[in-house]
Amino acid sequence: MSPQTVFAPWDDPHEKPLIQFRNVTKRFGDFTAVDNIELDIFEREFFALLGPSGCGKTTLMRMLAGFETPTEGTILLDGKDIAPIPPNRRATNMMFQSYALFPHLTVRDNIAFGLKRERRPKPEIDARVDEMLRLVQLQKFATRKPHQISGGQRQRVALARCLAKAPKLLLLDEPLGALDKKLREETQFELMDIQEKTGTTFVIVTHDQEEAMTVASRVAVMDHGKLVQVATPDVIYELPSSTYVADFIGDVNILEGRITGQDDDRVEIAWAEDQPSIHAKARVALAPGSTAYFAIRPEKIAISATRPETAPNAVTGKVLDIAYLGNISTYHVELPGGQVIKAQSTNTDRMAAREFTWDDTVWLGWSDAAGVVLER
Amino acid sequence: MRRFVVVAVPYLWLLALFLIPFVIVLKISLSDPAIAIPPYAPTLDLSEGWQGLKDFFAGLDFENFAFLTTDDLYWKAYLSSLRIAFVATLFTLLVGFPIAYGMARAEERWRPMLLMLVILPFWTSFLIRVYSWMGILSSEGYLNQVLLALGVVAEPLTILNTNAAVYVGIVYTYLPFMILPIYATLEKLDMSLLEAAEDLGCSRLSAFWLVTIPLSVPGIVAGCFLVFIPTIGEFVIPSLLGGSETLMIGKVLWEEFFSNRDWPVASAVAVILLLILIVPIILFQRNEQKQREAEG
Amino acid sequence: MRRFSWINATSLTLGFAFLYLPMLILVVYSFNASQLVTVWAGFSTRWYGELIRNEAFLDAAWVTLKVAVVSSTIATVLGTMAAYTLVRAGRFLGRTLFSGMIYAPLVMPEVITGLSLLLLFIGIGLDRGILTIVLAHTTFSMCYVSVVVSSRLDSFDRSLEEAALDLGCTPFEAFRLVTLPIIAPAVISGWLLAFTLSLDDLVIASFVTGPSATTLPMKIWSSVRLGVSPEINALSTILIAIVTVGVITASLVSKRAIAARQRDERAAAAAA
Repeated sequence: MSPQTVFAPWDDPHEKPLIQFRNVTKRFGDFTAVDNIELDIFEREFFALLGPSGCGKTTLMRMLAGFETPTEGTILLDGKDIAPIPPNRRATNMMFQSYALFPHLTVRDNIAFGLKRERRPKPEIDARVDEMLRLVQLQKFATRKPHQISGGQRQRVALARCLAKAPKLLLLDEPLGALDKKLREETQFELMDIQEKTGTTFVIVTHDQEEAMTVASRVAVMDHGKLVQVATPDVIYELPSSTYVADFIGDVNILEGRITGQDDDRVEIAWAEDQPSIHAKARVALAPGSTAYFAIRPEKIAISATRPETAPNAVTGKVLDIAYLGNISTYHVELPGGQVIKAQSTNTDRMAAREFTWDDTVWLGWSDAAGVVLER
Repeated sequence: MRRFVVVAVPYLWLLALFLIPFVIVLKISLSDPAIAIPPYAPTLDLSEGWQGLKDFFAGLDFENFAFLTTDDLYWKAYLSSLRIAFVATLFTLLVGFPIAYGMARAEERWRPMLLMLVILPFWTSFLIRVYSWMGILSSEGYLNQVLLALGVVAEPLTILNTNAAVYVGIVYTYLPFMILPIYATLEKLDMSLLEAAEDLGCSRLSAFWLVTIPLSVPGIVAGCFLVFIPTIGEFVIPSLLGGSETLMIGKVLWEEFFSNRDWPVASAVAVILLLILIVPIILFQRNEQKQREAEG
Repeated sequence: MRRFSWINATSLTLGFAFLYLPMLILVVYSFNASQLVTVWAGFSTRWYGELIRNEAFLDAAWVTLKVAVVSSTIATVLGTMAAYTLVRAGRFLGRTLFSGMIYAPLVMPEVITGLSLLLLFIGIGLDRGILTIVLAHTTFSMCYVSVVVSSRLDSFDRSLEEAALDLGCTPFEAFRLVTLPIIAPAVISGWLLAFTLSLDDLVIASFVTGPSATTLPMKIWSSVRLGVSPEINALSTILIAIVTVGVITASLVSKRAIAARQRDERAAAAAA
């Protein structure tokens, strides 16, 4: 994989990161919001911090903006420690979750606000504001006040305002959280488009895994102030490093068991008394006898009426529940031992032609590379 | 630096013009009684160092407070202030609750207007509002004229310069303080609660007693304290509307100061008045705190 | 409305009659020609004429106005600073004492405030007059301003200030360009409240003033102690008129602003 064709500066040891977190810890009283974090973010990246509320992602971002200072450790921007620089002199700009548009100023004055603080000449400011208004397609609304425009338009004003100063780093705190689902999906692509056009480094905080997967070049999953996994969206989804990540991103079956055999990269996991062992490929060496978790996505499990002949793994059970989602259906299949496994199939036919229904006995099968074996 | 100024200026202002004056009142209340002007013995002489400080504290005593107990005028005045404030608060509640209730049940588009009508008198001079009752309540006043004309009474009633007039004055001037907090709680009250109560078998009246009243208790309590606390130290109303029988501590303090010119005793009266007020103030704060917590 | 019965209508009618009738009578009888205030003897504006010619009243009104303007302006500045400190400064040494000193004057009997301030002014040998009244009024009205402003600051979206800092403002610029314009309505109502409190005050001013300064309430006081007077009725009418016009104008202005805003928001939502 050469860096010319694919954007992956994190794989290039010669690339210098734009932001470096070095053992950064932030405590509020007894509460540790950010716990000893090491992280590099590269120029032109679209980097997502993902996690449930209270996991420390917002604190991490506010330290970049300068509203919080690390209790321990240092944050470097372009190789320089940013701790002594107050927020108003940092080359970063932030888009707030509430947008924080100044209600007493027009759209134009909101966008010009940061430029005016730099005491730039007026024609230059005007030109830059016009450019920004064009970028977010709000030329017609320049003289309106924030309460005179819609939520989606406000979101674009907020974006234009923090882009106007051409920051090295743009921080976005749940930028799409206040929009409804449809508008959010449209805006995600707009956001990616603008990021590409301006070449700015974006760091986005979100609790919405779909959003993170859609927009980001890399995703950092956080939990209790710690980074659990930092990787590209496909790696996060296909090769989660722990059951926490697997469970947080998308739908997953997690089967707990014990390693009973190992041969090269293949392992056998005994997970239920009356069920055959799972055959799977493991990426890490696991000692026989140790506890292991087998995580497999429902869409990677095939459902059939008869025993699948070629699949290395096959179990049988009864259909307990069917969740019809339009494009796909999720089947909840109960095994004789009481365990429930979810399997998904694409609805290529219309509902009436469905093969299985409640209480049918079905077979579930998956290949040895379909799931991942995890230590925790 | 600027941040420091923002804290320091109001802080120092209040220290100098609020806290230090109280320390002075406390000190003078412990000084020797004397007519005329300061300084009152003892005086603090810091040039004598530790001994000066010791002499200063040795010189302080509770003589003035002891004096307050010997003359029954004072403790009667405290008791009577509390009693008048308590009774007046009850009256204000009786008058204020129906108004607040009526406002909360009025159509939504009328409510801002009604609210403004309740607040408007608050912006009008207190003194003038009290004064307006003098013409009404005097023996040849408008009320007696009406009553005589209607033949309700044969002789003009004596209302002005009695405690009755004081009650009227307190209810009248403090009514907005009672109405506003009660209205605030009643307005928030979910109408479906009353419908639920009726659905579960309450009559209208019992729904009022079992749902509306208990849920408006925080507002009632707040309103009562807002009337009771300032009424205890009230001076204008008892002086203008009250008579010789009206004994209120604010008036006593004023007279002690302006007529008798006995500042140490006036200071002692003030200190005790403050001590009396601390209890209802703390209770009021608790009530507010609880309400804030309940609202999250 | 099912629950708006005749009982509510009656209690509202009686209640508002109770609140407004005394003042109405005052206004009506201020146009009474007779010297005897309780006997109606025809319409006349004679007492207004006498009031205008009464220099003692005019002097007192002038003193009161000066005191009110100066004290409410200083109180607004100090009270806003205090509110900002209470809401924003987090923990600092003596914070409890500070917030105690802000709230205590609100419940303090006026006689105590007046007495304690007088003892201070005598203690430091300050000449009593307009200056001491201004100091006293500023002290208690700054606490009211601070309560009004801090309740507005409490609901203020803090990220607006952070956004200003993020876009390059110094903390002071952020306050001047963002916070102050947004909390301005609360600051203005704080000023109005302080102004009214100062105009109204009788007790504290009586304590702390000297022979050189007499305020309007003190003047009214010394004349109404002797009984009802037609001149005071006229004066009261003027004061009531000023307040009524002021409050109604203010409420109409704010009502119109709110209505315009709601209209805009609806239009924006519909256009989206």
